[in-house]
Amino acid sequence: MLKIEDNRAWFLILPVFLLVAFNAVIPLMTVVNYSLQDIFGPGQRAFIGVEWFRETLRDPAIHAAFLRQILFSGLVLAIEIPLGVAIALTLPRGGWKASAAIVLVAIPLLIPFNVVGMIWQVYARPEIGFLGQVVNALGIPFNYTGDPLSAWVTILMMDAWHWTPLVILLAYAGLCSIPEPYYQAARIDGASRWAVFRYIELPKLNGVLTIAFLLRFMDSFMIYTEPYVVTGGGPGSSTTFLSIRLVNMAVGQFDLGPAAAFSLVYFLVILLFSYVFYTILQRAGRA
Amino acid sequence: MAEITVSNLRHSYDGDLSDPARLALKGIDHVWRDGGAYALLGPSGCGKSSMLNIISGLVRPTAGRVLFDGRDVTELGPEQRNIAQVFQFPVLYDTMTVEQNLAFPLRNRRVDPGRITRRVREVAEMLDLGPMLGRRAAGLGAAEKQKISLGRGLVREDVAAILFDEPLTVIDPQVKFDLRRKLRLVHETLGLTLVYVTHDQSEALTFADQVVVMSEGEVVQVGTPEELYERPGHTFVGHFIGSPGMNFLPCALEGGRIVFDGGSLPAPRGLAARPGGALVLGIRPHGLGPATDEAEAVPARLIDVEDRGAFRIAEIAIGGNRLRMRVGERDWLPADGLRVAFRPEATLLYANDRLLEDAHA
Amino acid sequence: MTLRIEAVSRRVEGEAWLSDIDLTLEPGRLYVLLGRTGAGKTSLMRVLAGLDRPTRGRVTEDGRDLAGVPVNRRNLAFVYQQFVNYPAFSVYDNIAAPLRRRGGTRAGIDARVREVARAVRIDAFLDRRPGALSGGQQQRLAIARALAKGASLMLFDEPLVNLDYKLREELRSELRALFHEGGQTVVYATTEPDEALQMGGETIVMHEGRVLQTGSAHHVYRHPASVRVADIFSEPPMNVAEARIAGARMTLGGVELATPARARGRIEGPCRVGLMPHRIERAPGEGRVALRGPVLLAEVDGSSTFTHFEAGGSAWIARSEGVHLMPLGAAFEGFVNPEDFYVFDTAGDLVAAPAALESAYG
Repeated sequence: MLKIEDNRAWFLILPVFLLVAFNAVIPLMTVVNYSLQDIFGPGQRAFIGVEWFRETLRDPAIHAAFLRQILFSGLVLAIEIPLGVAIALTLPRGGWKASAAIVLVAIPLLIPFNVVGMIWQVYARPEIGFLGQVVNALGIPFNYTGDPLSAWVTILMMDAWHWTPLVILLAYAGLCSIPEPYYQAARIDGASRWAVFRYIELPKLNGVLTIAFLLRFMDSFMIYTEPYVVTGGGPGSSTTFLSIRLVNMAVGQFDLGPAAAFSLVYFLVILLFSYVFYTILQRAGRA
Repeated sequence: MAEITVSNLRHSYDGDLSDPARLALKGIDHVWRDGGAYALLGPSGCGKSSMLNIISGLVRPTAGRVLFDGRDVTELGPEQRNIAQVFQFPVLYDTMTVEQNLAFPLRNRRVDPGRITRRVREVAEMLDLGPMLGRRAAGLGAAEKQKISLGRGLVREDVAAILFDEPLTVIDPQVKFDLRRKLRLVHETLGLTLVYVTHDQSEALTFADQVVVMSEGEVVQVGTPEELYERPGHTFVGHFIGSPGMNFLPCALEGGRIVFDGGSLPAPRGLAARPGGALVLGIRPHGLGPATDEAEAVPARLIDVEDRGAFRIAEIAIGGNRLRMRVGERDWLPADGLRVAFRPEATLLYANDRLLEDAHA
Repeated sequence: MTLRIEAVSRRVEGEAWLSDIDLTLEPGRLYVLLGRTGAGKTSLMRVLAGLDRPTRGRVTEDGRDLAGVPVNRRNLAFVYQQFVNYPAFSVYDNIAAPLRRRGGTRAGIDARVREVARAVRIDAFLDRRPGALSGGQQQRLAIARALAKGASLMLFDEPLVNLDYKLREELRSELRALFHEGGQTVVYATTEPDEALQMGGETIVMHEGRVLQTGSAHHVYRHPASVRVADIFSEPPMNVAEARIAGARMTLGGVELATPARARGRIEGPCRVGLMPHRIERAPGEGRVALRGPVLLAEVDGSSTFTHFEAGGSAWIARSEGVHLMPLGAAFEGFVNPEDFYVFDTAGDLVAAPAALESAYG
């Protein structure tokens, strides 16, 4: 409320400007620079225009990785959002039980990404992992190093285990902010449990679910560490997602130019998708 | 429609009835007659909201019973009691249209669709919501939203009572008139039992036929708005209702006169066998006035005069007592030699905070 | 310290929040800004406090331009609608905070804190945190902190609006007494005519960013310069009807009565007339004309009843003392004296006010 107009304020935010310049603008410009040049070695470079972009957009391996990525993000959202909301609905509200539940739910979020990969890499192994052994003992062939379906199931389960808690926490916060009279009015109106969810809880969760949706989309679309640790992109290239493909190009093959062009396209695709989703979800919230 | 009886209602939020001082409700007996418009009035923390939630079934009383037309409903939830409630802040189903909101309670009860449409139109008509039936409820103003909340109660033909929890709090002063009038209209045309909880005496007195005044978990008086104003049964009612509230002077009865610091007045007849305890004289600011002749007036000193537009409030001292006297905009008010007359029918006596019946001087 | 607001306007995103405000605030006096929500009261107070800069015009203190003096260097205190206190401080430390910032002896600060706490009646809760106080006590605390500062300018932005009506009534008369004692300039914003009247002082009536009228509360209430001012400054609002004056005869909605003496010869033809609700009497009397019609609603307000009724094609409100409720549609009969009518021209500007009031209230 006490807002003071004072031009000296600009000096105070100058350090932040510099920081943003160093950690975002300059690196990004470097990438743009690479994407437009062919680099042979130190000091040897040639400007080649949009050649790398053209190549990237025509690369069948990238097309395949892109479709894989869409499928993966689609599945992640289809599993984690409903599951997260469902679990949030069952959590106790208030009291020590609520605090305990929140702590338990949040544990996976506190584990470093590569450790999550390690855990599942071991956990799902058919010879020594608990999950792998149990599933195989039930007579279902399960081997993520040999079978693409098993590899996908493992990675999806891992992601759901790792990230559904984020959706739960967001949905839980949203549910807790619904005023009590809404539930009272619904009881008085004779609404069923489903109607309460459909007409009160879901509409009121719209805002937080939009955020959950976008966060989960962006993160899953950029997923790298966990599948890299578990499957390394295999078997074959069945779990080679966009970022794994990108790292292979940049680090494995040292194709800096195409990799730079690829990452810019990648970045723009994420931006575009996020914008489209955000707009759609906002409209859905209002309609 | 129903007659609602609460008998020996006691409530404690921790379930412990052993300490009476800490009870939210301290043993209340009351009958809400069928078709009555009641207000439940009191300051925050007096137990009025607990009482409302017990009637609606949202809260189960620790002890005591709730009867609807003689049927014990104490253990039943709100969905089994056929009541409707309008909350302080409008509670709507945001994604639905006005029409769908109004139809919701009926649809949940699997009423025939044709009848739903008919009933919704009737109620919308009564509340002037007809033209906006197709609009989304979320975009409407607070007054319309409260009408929809009310409408969701009215559509149910079997509704036993409609309960209101400070429903006009968020309504702009300029549109309150419209909603108040609608509420009166609903009451006079439908004859429903209505219970209206508020801390605002003006809301209570405007709305109700009968006002139940509560203080500290107890009912201190039940009466018509006129009764509460003219003859408060308890000093709390005298203070709480009216603006400014009633004046109180400690007094004693001596030789057929009410004697207080700074003067005396003739005592009412038939007051010889009165109970012991501290006596207090209560009189509303408009029961006092500058004396025009010498009959039984008390000398007073004028301390301050507040011009309130339509009238003035004179702060006066009689002995060590400070009182407020209401004087009309154009009425005579001498600056010196003021003598104050106590209007006999407005002069009331209280013992232990309770009105001595038939005791106006 | 004399504050002058000179030709101040403030526009925000193309919208005029304040337009051409000229005011002089004398030291030690009380100014009540009266207007509806959105009238510009808060905007004006923010400009006065130096929180916002006017787009045009200036604010001066004893002739010195205040532009560029930041709010923390100005000697003022601000009390808001919301109860703004330091939640982690005790009541004592809340009041002491502005004093400590300024420096002074420990004993001196202690004495001042206790004095102010006593004045607003929270001296029994000095050890508590604000969260453990009731709403009324929290606002008393905010007022105490403002008083403790001893600021030469105190700004109150609808400080009582979030309190129960009984508390409001109590605090109003306490504030009125406090303002009478202190030597500071007080600017007090409210939407309620009753509050403006009860506070007394100079009333500044605002509407849509403009000052419509200034003057003592009593004078402005009884001599509203326009229909708009009358509407803002009366609760219930003044009855206003279209009328036509032809010499000594005045007709309104089919009722014919005598033209008020003071308006005779000053206006002819169509005009608007106003009548204060408490001037509709329940009993007939000499020179009074009857208004008859069905009751639309009877409302109780404080110790009065406002009866809305319909007569001669327009809606009227009668104010009577005490509680006198009537069912909807009941027959109402009110009696009015033509001399009690205000007469406005068709543009809504005052032509004549009832005469009887001038001597008593100036």
